[in-house]
Amino acid sequence: MAAFAGLAERLQQTFQRLRGKGKLTEADVAEAMREVRVALLEADVNFKVVKDFVARVKERAVGQEVLASLTPGQQVIKIVHEELTNLMGGSNAKLKIGSKPPTVVMMVGLQGAGKTTTTGKLAGLLKKQGRRPLLVAADIYRPAAIRQLQIVGEKLGIPVFAMGDQHKPLDIVKGAMEHGRQHGNDYILIDTAGRLHINSEMMQELVDIKGFAQPQEVLLVVDAMTGQDAVNVAEQFHQSLGLDGVILTKLDGDTRGGAALSVRAVTGCPIKFVGTGEKLDALEPFYPDRMASRILGMGDVLTLIEKAQATIDADKAREMEKRLRQQQFSLEDFLQQLQQMKSIGPLEEILGMIPGMGKQLKSLQISEKELSRTEAIIQSMTPAERRHPEIINGSRKKRIAAGSGTKVQDVNKLLKQFEESKKLMRHLGNMAGVSKGSKGKKGLFGLPPLIK
Amino acid sequence: MAGLFARLKEGLAKTRENLMDKITELVTGHGEVDDDFFDQLEEILLQADIGVSTAVMLTDRVRRRARSEKIREALAVRKMLKEEITSILVGNQAPIVWADHGLTVMLIVGVNGAGKTTTLGKLAARFKGEGKRVMLAAGDTFRAAAIEQLETWGRRAGVPVIKHKEGADPAAVAYDAVQSALARGMDVLLIDTAGRLQTKVNLMEEIKKVHRVIQRELATAPHEVLLVLDATTGQNAISQAKLFTQAVGVTGIVLTKLDGTAKGGVIIGIKQELGLPVKLVGVGERIEDLRDFDATEFADVLFSD
Repeated sequence: MAAFAGLAERLQQTFQRLRGKGKLTEADVAEAMREVRVALLEADVNFKVVKDFVARVKERAVGQEVLASLTPGQQVIKIVHEELTNLMGGSNAKLKIGSKPPTVVMMVGLQGAGKTTTTGKLAGLLKKQGRRPLLVAADIYRPAAIRQLQIVGEKLGIPVFAMGDQHKPLDIVKGAMEHGRQHGNDYILIDTAGRLHINSEMMQELVDIKGFAQPQEVLLVVDAMTGQDAVNVAEQFHQSLGLDGVILTKLDGDTRGGAALSVRAVTGCPIKFVGTGEKLDALEPFYPDRMASRILGMGDVLTLIEKAQATIDADKAREMEKRLRQQQFSLEDFLQQLQQMKSIGPLEEILGMIPGMGKQLKSLQISEKELSRTEAIIQSMTPAERRHPEIINGSRKKRIAAGSGTKVQDVNKLLKQFEESKKLMRHLGNMAGVSKGSKGKKGLFGLPPLIK
Repeated sequence: MAGLFARLKEGLAKTRENLMDKITELVTGHGEVDDDFFDQLEEILLQADIGVSTAVMLTDRVRRRARSEKIREALAVRKMLKEEITSILVGNQAPIVWADHGLTVMLIVGVNGAGKTTTLGKLAARFKGEGKRVMLAAGDTFRAAAIEQLETWGRRAGVPVIKHKEGADPAAVAYDAVQSALARGMDVLLIDTAGRLQTKVNLMEEIKKVHRVIQRELATAPHEVLLVLDATTGQNAISQAKLFTQAVGVTGIVLTKLDGTAKGGVIIGIKQELGLPVKLVGVGERIEDLRDFDATEFADVLFSD
């Protein structure tokens, strides 16, 4: 199994050993670098990129900087992290905006990379930012690709320009530009057909479209699971079209996305977004430093905090804080917390962002179920029971268990967990002086008994 | 057969160029083998997506053989490498399994964008061309327009498509399809499924249910569970093969998109790790570009001059 473990886990194992040591010898560094090399290769980072990377890190690590420092292990991790971040492109890039509207974005890539879905997601993101995007269905080759974009457009409430599959893509784009201008669309997103980078005829089609539409952004959509070939693909598309950026898809699987490092290193194009799920809002900006942290198993706390802030209602959080202070925290509040946690994202995703959680993910699939069960139990209680759990006697427990499809033991367990959480929160409250409002974070961490 | 060879060779040309050019370059650069030679050999294999452990294993094996057989010339070592790869791949050949009599059911699974629906469409046309009575089941009820995409293939091949609405339970589609195929005396039923990443527990449970329903309705089915694998995929393909096999008992692999520059070397690793045979390869967009995998041919093409 070790061979398929993620890059983060591999490096974590390596650095666990380094961490245990007081000082690093050159041999230690060499050993660590061998592990880094294997881990990067197993993560599908292109071979040449790996070679460069390892050489650079080794050079820095073996030097004075590391050997003279007090915590050499930490120093090496820092260097690896910095170099990874550099490799992936410094800071996060945004979509360009044309000097006068509409801004044209052209999506290109191999078959099956996820262009149509991603084009939809990007349009959805722009709409959320108050833009008026127009989707253009220029994939006339794959059966039902146009219909797919239309359905995506319907779901998002975004117009789709299509002319069927009997017109040339270039003509469709011409029609779309005209349509967009007339209808005041400020972004035009062109979904092109998937094609092989070595198919010169099909590549010419893209060159022609680019020539006419003069896009501000030509974005290459790359499957995060791509192997060594990512480099060839990106190079060819870049040569033919002059890419402006990359979107990495399917990053929600167990691939470590070595392709991200490869593509960035080879084309010099920034990775602008990453696709993290099948839902139409599962598109996130790409942050190289966070990605590097994730790769290194250092967790992605920044993203987690941002997500929590975006999801958790500040007023509700304040209200809950008040109740906490007055020790009125009830099972209703508990339920609300559970639901807020769920709305941040799938549990496994949340926990993947917490440092040190990477390894334990396998056991967590049960916890997700447990969460739903807990929810069901609370929902089977009367409002009075939720506010005053102490009134729940034997016959009430039986009723609740039957109503939620659980056993009396489960109800007991939940009540016990709730009491423990309450105690813990009281404790935390006393310690930190809950009044220093911190946007519902207490709520998040008030659930430790559930997340073991 | 000559045409087939040429086509496959054409499709694999890039693979061959990449791998063999470098090996040729390597062996001609070195008169005699040394450690540096073996390091470079390993690197070349790595670049073909063969994977670290398989590359190390192959290199070690060749290194040991060269030592014990006292072979020092680079050219002879190259021949040895070809033999090693061939020996792995030859065991990798298996024909498509058909039911002894009556209906054959094939379930097509894989991650998003691997080429499941296209593969299924090509297979439908091929089986129909062989005079079989073919039925398709639109089991991808999740992705927008997936059902329409399959219907288009059904129309092209002139075969019936069993479908429900978008969002319907895929197991229910499978149930209806098996019932209908049995009632209408079909020879083969090809069941499409939604793309899913192998780590999504709920989606894997969903496909297990589809598999269970098929089995319940026809005890010997599914006769084939084909995992569609994009040849551009790197080492994640091994995780895909492993987890899909755990969930639904994959019986064979369809390696698609071999007409690009991707090398598909990961199939060697999959054979090594899991013993899963490759049954079909996709070397182009035309219906006839989906071919039976021929291990000897594959290795020959990979190593022909």
